[in-house]
Amino acid sequence: MADGVEPFVNKGDDDRKFTINFGPQHPAAHGVLRLVLDLDGEMVERVDPHIGLLHRGTEKLMESRTYLQNVPYFDRLDYVAPMNQEHAFCLAIEKLLGLEVPKRGQLIRVLYSEIGRILSHIMNTTTQAMDVGALTPPIWGFEHREKLMVFYERACGARLHANYFRPGGVHQDLPPELIEDIADWCNKEYLPALDDIETLITENRIFKQRNVDIGVVSKEQAFDWGFTGVMLRGSGVAWDLRKSQPYECYDELEFDIPLGKNGDCWDRYLCRVEEMRQSVKIMLQCIDKLKVTPGPVLSTDHKVTPPRRAEMKNSMEALIHHFKLYTEGFKTPEGEVYACVEAPKGEFGVYLVSDGTNKPYRCKIRAPGFPHLQAMDWLNRGHLLADVSAILGSLDIVFGEIDR
Amino acid sequence: MSLEKLQALAEKAQADFKEAIVESVIAFGELTLTVDRERIVEIMAKLKQAPYRFHQLIDVCGADYPKRALRFDVVYHLLSLTQNIRLRVKLQTDEVLPVPSIRSVYPNADWYEREAFDMYGMLFSNHPDLRRLLTDYGFQGHPLRKDFPMTGHVEVRYDEEQKRVIYEPVKLTQEYRKFDFLSPWEGAQYVLPGDEKAKV
Repeated sequence: MADGVEPFVNKGDDDRKFTINFGPQHPAAHGVLRLVLDLDGEMVERVDPHIGLLHRGTEKLMESRTYLQNVPYFDRLDYVAPMNQEHAFCLAIEKLLGLEVPKRGQLIRVLYSEIGRILSHIMNTTTQAMDVGALTPPIWGFEHREKLMVFYERACGARLHANYFRPGGVHQDLPPELIEDIADWCNKEYLPALDDIETLITENRIFKQRNVDIGVVSKEQAFDWGFTGVMLRGSGVAWDLRKSQPYECYDELEFDIPLGKNGDCWDRYLCRVEEMRQSVKIMLQCIDKLKVTPGPVLSTDHKVTPPRRAEMKNSMEALIHHFKLYTEGFKTPEGEVYACVEAPKGEFGVYLVSDGTNKPYRCKIRAPGFPHLQAMDWLNRGHLLADVSAILGSLDIVFGEIDR
Repeated sequence: MSLEKLQALAEKAQADFKEAIVESVIAFGELTLTVDRERIVEIMAKLKQAPYRFHQLIDVCGADYPKRALRFDVVYHLLSLTQNIRLRVKLQTDEVLPVPSIRSVYPNADWYEREAFDMYGMLFSNHPDLRRLLTDYGFQGHPLRKDFPMTGHVEVRYDEEQKRVIYEPVKLTQEYRKFDFLSPWEGAQYVLPGDEKAKV
């Protein structure tokens, strides 16, 4: 094999060799992962991940629904950061249609994508600490996730399954008080709280013993195994789609991309913490811009986006548009596109094939966690059994997106 | 990703691989190369090296077009970090013609090819471990094929007598409703209810 990983064969002649099941009902498996571990004593010799226990056939279901009906499926992929997924799907549709998103819509999208990033990183960094034995960090962190989900709720009405991004923008404008509250949360609440959480974990002796020099990924390995996001940056590769292939208005915003040096679990943790601080910085810039950018949040091309309710009361055309949009839906031109976003876990892409009708002919969802989990085998070889959960924690696995 | 860059890449690939490239299309700002199935490993190996430097295989997936002679597409998405450019490579196959596995060039193709095999049933030769990936243990059929029903063939329930989960043929209490809202004036491919009685 190109990667030099030889297939392992358990001959069964040594009583130190075990084959054990890890999961699918294990709290450190981050969902429904079944790992078949071949051990030599306490040393891991092979990992065979069995995935698909959360497979719901999203891609098949999408083929029989209109584009607008398909948006909610994306919330259910990486359910830790729902809006980032919707974003990729909307970008793919917009690319097919050649649709422009109004400035204010772009800013709201970026604002909520960064909220999604913080949601996901709080979840991951603190549960990574829990995987190696600390209980307090998730409790402190989840308090702030809850507040962020209230912001989700105030924007779209749902804490988790948002269905807020639409092809052409976002569904509704944000109330001014909500924008103020988000700014207050960034400045007054979250940054101090993040410092507090860091005092618990970052330099903690046990946390470092469990994570430093564990699960080291070299640059070449990260390229070969298709790693993206923090898994790539943790190994010192300066690559972030928000910088390198900017979408929406990321090119007008100022933020830094943290890089790791050693590519171990601890570096990846540090990258995520720093990314949260950068996300707060982006959010504050968006809020400043939102205050001076009035205007529509959804494209005014009513062949694709619904007209406002008030318009429908007086305008026959608006009524027709509304009716056509919610029965037939809009059609996309024939062709295929690939659109991607820098989701919290890496590159989340949507490959969309359209046959010119109102439903996608084929929609392939490229989940960042999929190639990361695939690397479990060689990442764990030679490590101890206890390191499996530390490595799994640092991969940032969510089964909604891997199993689809 | 500028169009000139893609144009230059397309021309360079044409010159290097000649007749192995069946078609090269630039649409929606993306370059798609349709290549000869037999030569995919060689092409991928060259694309990974300088001067192309597509270091990363982003995705491999299948697609089903039952009306074609070779019904399946295998679609590869590549990314070059140094040139900041994306490339889509496609090839055609059917249920029996094996596609050479690119596992030896891009190790992460392993699971992607397993998934494509699971979902569509196309075969990959020289793949070290071509098992099903996402579907249930003992699953029959390939769910993303267009002729596979949306509801599937079996359903599971817990059986109180046997004290275990059992599989049964799927029973629909109501017929599967396929809503087709395509406008009958543009694009719909069916006869409107009642129209079959009209004399032509």
